[in-house]
Amino acid sequence: MTIDHILLDHGSGGKVSSAMIRNIMLPVFENPILSMLNDGANLEINGVRLAFSTDTYTVSPLFFPGGSIGDLAINGTVNDVSMCGARPLYLSVGMIIEEGFPIEELRRILFDMGKAARRADVLVVTGDTKVVPKGAADRIFINTSGIGWIPDGVDVGGEKARVGDQIILSGTIADHGMTILTQREGLTFDTGIRSDSAPLNHMVQSMLSVSRNIHVLRDPTRGGVGTTINEIALQSSVGIKIYEDRIPVKKEVAGICELLGFDPLYVANEGKLLAFLPPSEVEGVLSAIQKDPAGKDACVIGEVTDTRPGRVIMETRIGGERIVDMQTGEQLPRIC
Amino acid sequence: MPIKYAEEYRDKKLSKSLIQEIQKNSRKPVRLMEVCGTHTVSIFKHGIRSILPNTISLLSGPGCPVCVTAQGEIDAFIELSRKKGVIITTFGDLMRVPGSNSSLQKERAKGQDIRMVYSAFDALEIAKINPDKEVVFLGVGFETTAPTIAASVLSAQAMNLTNFSVISAHKQVVPALTALLQTKEVNINGFLLPGHVSVIIGAGAYRGFVKNYPIPCVIAGFEPVDILTGIHMLVKQIETGKKDLENAYPRAVTEEGNVKAQTLLNTVFQTGIATWRGIGLIPDSGLIFQKAYENFDATRRFQISYQQAPEPKGCACGEVLIGVKTPLDCALYKKTCTPIHPVGPCMVSSEGICAAYDKYHTG
Repeated sequence: MTIDHILLDHGSGGKVSSAMIRNIMLPVFENPILSMLNDGANLEINGVRLAFSTDTYTVSPLFFPGGSIGDLAINGTVNDVSMCGARPLYLSVGMIIEEGFPIEELRRILFDMGKAARRADVLVVTGDTKVVPKGAADRIFINTSGIGWIPDGVDVGGEKARVGDQIILSGTIADHGMTILTQREGLTFDTGIRSDSAPLNHMVQSMLSVSRNIHVLRDPTRGGVGTTINEIALQSSVGIKIYEDRIPVKKEVAGICELLGFDPLYVANEGKLLAFLPPSEVEGVLSAIQKDPAGKDACVIGEVTDTRPGRVIMETRIGGERIVDMQTGEQLPRIC
Repeated sequence: MPIKYAEEYRDKKLSKSLIQEIQKNSRKPVRLMEVCGTHTVSIFKHGIRSILPNTISLLSGPGCPVCVTAQGEIDAFIELSRKKGVIITTFGDLMRVPGSNSSLQKERAKGQDIRMVYSAFDALEIAKINPDKEVVFLGVGFETTAPTIAASVLSAQAMNLTNFSVISAHKQVVPALTALLQTKEVNINGFLLPGHVSVIIGAGAYRGFVKNYPIPCVIAGFEPVDILTGIHMLVKQIETGKKDLENAYPRAVTEEGNVKAQTLLNTVFQTGIATWRGIGLIPDSGLIFQKAYENFDATRRFQISYQQAPEPKGCACGEVLIGVKTPLDCALYKKTCTPIHPVGPCMVSSEGICAAYDKYHTG
């Protein structure tokens, strides 16, 4: 049975998305910058190195504990630019709004965007708005693009992980994805969990001020930590080993994941990063991350190995081993 | 919302000492079947296979609800979703299961109204706010899920909700165990019995089975310490020649089970014949509507008759489900059958054996 229509799986960030990008999209635009498949593009213009990234935001509900589509749209692109090792400077904002959308909600979204931009210290410098007839879009979709400057000596990329590198995770996982899920209509949980939506540029800058010898930076958004480290294992052709008991998950979040049959490793984050770096740099960089409010739970979760390139192995809490594969499509809640 | 009674059953020290005990006691090569899909996934997730001695082979059984749902039933669900004015409500697991020529997920992409719900009561709500639509809930699962679905039918009746109905493709565990042991090729030395189902039906529900077909059986929970305790008890029984029913999950499973849930279930449903993928027809292994509630039976309302649909060519799901083959023995596994392009249901469900192998198996 072939897939001849777009399914929600195509947007999941997992294997189905990745196959679509490689098979349908890449061949059309084929060029060495895009082919790197990093969170953003690294460009060089007249000797100045720049990072450029774009992302489109659609989330339901639009407002949720810990954030809204507004700050998500700013933070997401700020973070994608930051993961290139760059200092994000300027953003564009494009909006597609459905006819009938309340102006009051638009104001709230814009307010959140303004606040997030100030917090991240970036300027929104250009924008566009389209209104489509009722039913042609689901309330509001936002696209943001961002551009940033890469300082000298910084050289990060998903293909740059090296055997022996230690892997730092900046905090608890699955907070954003599970918050959204529990807020969706029809799910009547009262859990007190919040999205981790936050800009990571200040954290990245303080990391880089401690060490320029960081090989990989990546924010594990859609597809979660599990999918992101698989991408890096593939891009860098290295093996990765992680340790289950080191990966921080809030108790409440772990509880809801358990209840619904979700694996927190594959649930989205919006304010966390993974950094791959040589052991000599760990101490300094880790303490720089921990000084940031969004990084207080940061820790080393694993290392890069020379066994089984492209594969991620996890040592389980009880001392067993298993594969951590890339997610296939959307995680679906289970029956029992 | 911290989950109580989970952390302590994931204890590293306790697990290690259980593994040592198992290693010390296990001499004969044994084939143990974990009947439940949740066990299969938990065993892989915690890397339990990688730390057991070579003498122990773990086989996965017919306890993944989606996997044992017959191809003909899946086709009927898809057919029903194409009817005008029908909203299909379903648990997420069923979305990707391939029927003979489509899946619910693909039908949704083509515009059919198919909604994932977390409980049959969510389906009731949808029926309430869509009085001009027929809302059908796809009832797939074992005795664990059937009672809440029965409760939703009772609520629908109390609310006079006439646009709500259920397809009951439910299955019962004990008759399947009997059918397994009656199958010639099946070679099992002990059963790790499902914790969740046993919470409902009680340990007592297995007494007759173990009496008629003496075989070591241990009811176990789903945390690593629970599972290792269960395996340890099975190994001890086998090594000492015992063939008893033991309960390694006493914090949740009682002798009589959840009587309230059983009453709900028996009020709305009665036992009937069911078709299991891989096993075929098993008498008294399904749950069909009681006469008093047959108005809520979607198969009656929409005159659905299940067609015999051949299972996909070359797919070994049937043999995998009864422990005769492992996914590694299937010619399609990871070649033409992958989670992106699944051929059989065992590659689809999060509880499916092939999906679990694909996701976690280090080989």
